[in-house]
Amino acid sequence: MTIGRQRSGSGPERAHPLAFPALLVLACFAFVPLLVLVSNALKTKSELGTNPLGPPIHPVLANIPHAWSSGGFATTMTNSTILAVSSAIGVSVIATTAAYALTRLRLPGGKGMMMYVFICTAIPAQLFVVPLFFLWTRLRLSDSLIGLVLIYWAVFSPFATLLMRSFLLTLPRELEDAARVDGATELQVLTRIVVPLARPGVLVVALITALFAWNEFYFATTFIQDEGLKPIATSFLAFRSKYSTDWGLISAAGLIMILPPALLFLALQKRFIAGLTAGGLKG
Amino acid sequence: VTDVLQQSLRVRADQGASTTRMRTRSMRRKRSVTALLFMVPFLAVNAIVILGPSVATVYYSFTKWSGLGTPSWVGLRNYRDMLTSSEFWAAATHNLVWTVIFLGFSLTLGVTGAVLLAQVRRGRLALRLLYFLPYTIASVVTASIWQNIYDPDRGVGRFLSHIGIGNVAVLGDERYALPAVSFINVWAFWGFIVVVCMAALQSVDPSLYEAARIDGASRWQQFRHVTLPGIRPTLAFLIVITIMFSLLVFDYVWITTQGGPAGATEVVGTLLYKEAFERFDAGYAAALGVSSTAVCGLVGLLYVALRRRGWEV
Repeated sequence: MTIGRQRSGSGPERAHPLAFPALLVLACFAFVPLLVLVSNALKTKSELGTNPLGPPIHPVLANIPHAWSSGGFATTMTNSTILAVSSAIGVSVIATTAAYALTRLRLPGGKGMMMYVFICTAIPAQLFVVPLFFLWTRLRLSDSLIGLVLIYWAVFSPFATLLMRSFLLTLPRELEDAARVDGATELQVLTRIVVPLARPGVLVVALITALFAWNEFYFATTFIQDEGLKPIATSFLAFRSKYSTDWGLISAAGLIMILPPALLFLALQKRFIAGLTAGGLKG
Repeated sequence: VTDVLQQSLRVRADQGASTTRMRTRSMRRKRSVTALLFMVPFLAVNAIVILGPSVATVYYSFTKWSGLGTPSWVGLRNYRDMLTSSEFWAAATHNLVWTVIFLGFSLTLGVTGAVLLAQVRRGRLALRLLYFLPYTIASVVTASIWQNIYDPDRGVGRFLSHIGIGNVAVLGDERYALPAVSFINVWAFWGFIVVVCMAALQSVDPSLYEAARIDGASRWQQFRHVTLPGIRPTLAFLIVITIMFSLLVFDYVWITTQGGPAGATEVVGTLLYKEAFERFDAGYAAALGVSSTAVCGLVGLLYVALRRRGWEV
């Protein structure tokens, strides 16, 4: 991503005089709703009544600890962290091994396999959610974090595999061939040579998977009913209907939910953007 | 003697060749097995979660099934019921309306943002980041922010009544609910289009703009005849995925209105969810799933076919 450093190259040479103002209007469109969230999180209930959309006049922080304790965030934050971390680790392993097979090994029917992975990135949840739900109920995997993680592994790995594949294709092969000549097994080549070289790619896959798992709603709401196992996304919804009149509290809860990924995103934004735009995943 | 010797040598050489051939064949087989072993984690979870249940959905769509008992074969009845159900057609129409709004606004805002960003240099990265930020926010929070904004007492409704338009409960009104909910999706998605289009704009040959300018082309003409053709493949891809997302939408509707008021925002995705997990008509829900996947597949196939024909879309 060298967008910032490169000379503009595209578009007419001089910016249209209205270009910058228009861009600022778009920036407001993107940012004002977020500002509403943050400012409402800092308002008391009475201030929200008189000043619902403006900036807080008497900002208070009390909503945040209040939302934290009454929303059971200690539990749900843990659940979401477990989901995000184990999805990230699992999908990284699955995608790296699969991409390795697709790019480096003589996979029988390799082209067909590639096609299948590609099709899987486009298969909608609607096609498999119904039997999956009843299968998971029978296997006692619904209302279980392990059950949900398994689904995330399967759902996120096709996209991650394609991402890893395009990354592995850019890596030089000389070192791998040398190791093979020295008698290294394929597993050794993968773990000792390819993975260290591919670390940036693995990191992108892990980050994006963690973000998707943290934000994921459809499978979480379908497969987890137990309050103690709910991740943040679905418990936030329950919290919202419970405190439907207190927007300060709801905004504070929303803020708590988006803060961890937002900080991670801001810290590693270039990697995030490069990976997320490598293929559209969610609408 | 030499003849015999030569013959025996030839035989030995043949044997040697065939053993190396056998060795290479078994090595090749071994390598294929190794390659497959590396695909096992992918294929195993995929088979249990995606492939198996997808095939099962196709089967169940021809049965009457509550999800728990044994399914009974009913042939095409679920599909016939679906095609004669006004509820289904209303939902499918809502998906179409959603497509128009979501595609129209996201693409207009996204392409405008990308083209304008490509012209300025100061603050380009910061603005790109800002536009992209909503895409990374969880749908539950995004939906909640907009419910707050749409609220008649605490949001724009209050503002509208201040300036004398009257208090409108946007999400509670059958006329406005669907556009309002789909607009939430626009807010969350258009920044993604900006980033993808900006990357595509980088690959447009700058000399084309120079040539156009020498020919006296206006800004609009440059956009129309250089920029748009230059990013057409990317635009086509974005249009295809945007249509697919519109046909499968669930999150924003479920979180904000659950299909209400009075079914005004019911889409096929929410209908399927209700049929499967609230009305326990899993066979019918399976038919809905197969149908919406088929429509998405057709859109995808059309795209691939057009590309194959060299349309350069």
